[in-house]
Amino acid sequence: MTVAELSVKLGAKNICLPSPEREVTGAYTGDLLSWVMGRAPADSAWVTIMSNLNVVAVASLADVACVILSENVELDSDALKKAENEGINILSVADGSYETCAALSKLI
Amino acid sequence: MIDNDKVNFHFDIDGDNFTTAGEASVKIKKALRQMGFSADTIRRVSVAMYEGEINMVIHADGGEADVNVYPNKIEIILADKGPGIPDIEKAMQAGYSTAPDDIRSLGFGAGMGLPNMKKYTDSIDIQTEVGVGTTVTMVVNV
Repeated sequence: MTVAELSVKLGAKNICLPSPEREVTGAYTGDLLSWVMGRAPADSAWVTIMSNLNVVAVASLADVACVILSENVELDSDALKKAENEGINILSVADGSYETCAALSKLI
Repeated sequence: MIDNDKVNFHFDIDGDNFTTAGEASVKIKKALRQMGFSADTIRRVSVAMYEGEINMVIHADGGEADVNVYPNKIEIILADKGPGIPDIEKAMQAGYSTAPDDIRSLGFGAGMGLPNMKKYTDSIDIQTEVGVGTTVTMVVNV
């Protein structure tokens, strides 16, 4: 499934979607950045409540397909700019990380 | 800079700016992609380097990073003049961290930095002296 399709199915808001056709092959959740970077599979959807600039760097280095910010967490403007520059897909959902992952397990 | 079969990338890591930490790793990631390395190699090098970069910013007020790209391996050398690591064995344990609370609130300080660097590289060598500094040399075979 592509990130754009996933976004529609989750009812997510597209915060930054430079690569809508990128395939999502799994999911991962966590808020400790080093932990996520060491373990999130490439091409996965990463569900987190962290929204600082470093999230964009970790998403880029771990090569995840998209970041999903749960609980309507807002991305600060610097992070958004960096996500656009780095080509990182970022979605936002109202649900918590648990509910979002439960939804993802049925979709992916 | 090209020296025989080696391509060198040098970065000064700014110790004052935590929010820009990781820029050198992202630049290396892009350069390696342009040079045609596999996605797996690129991920291993860039994750290991990012962890090292973050460590230098958190603990050592910055430092210098050199990445040497050879045909058969990629070498990452991170050198700082920070406080040194008093107990390397402890520092290598997953979950052990001396990062301050403000760093933890940003999502770091999980005690995974050095363990990740070890996990993602084929070799890691740490030369450290308390009060003098630390040099970490990592190699990822291609």
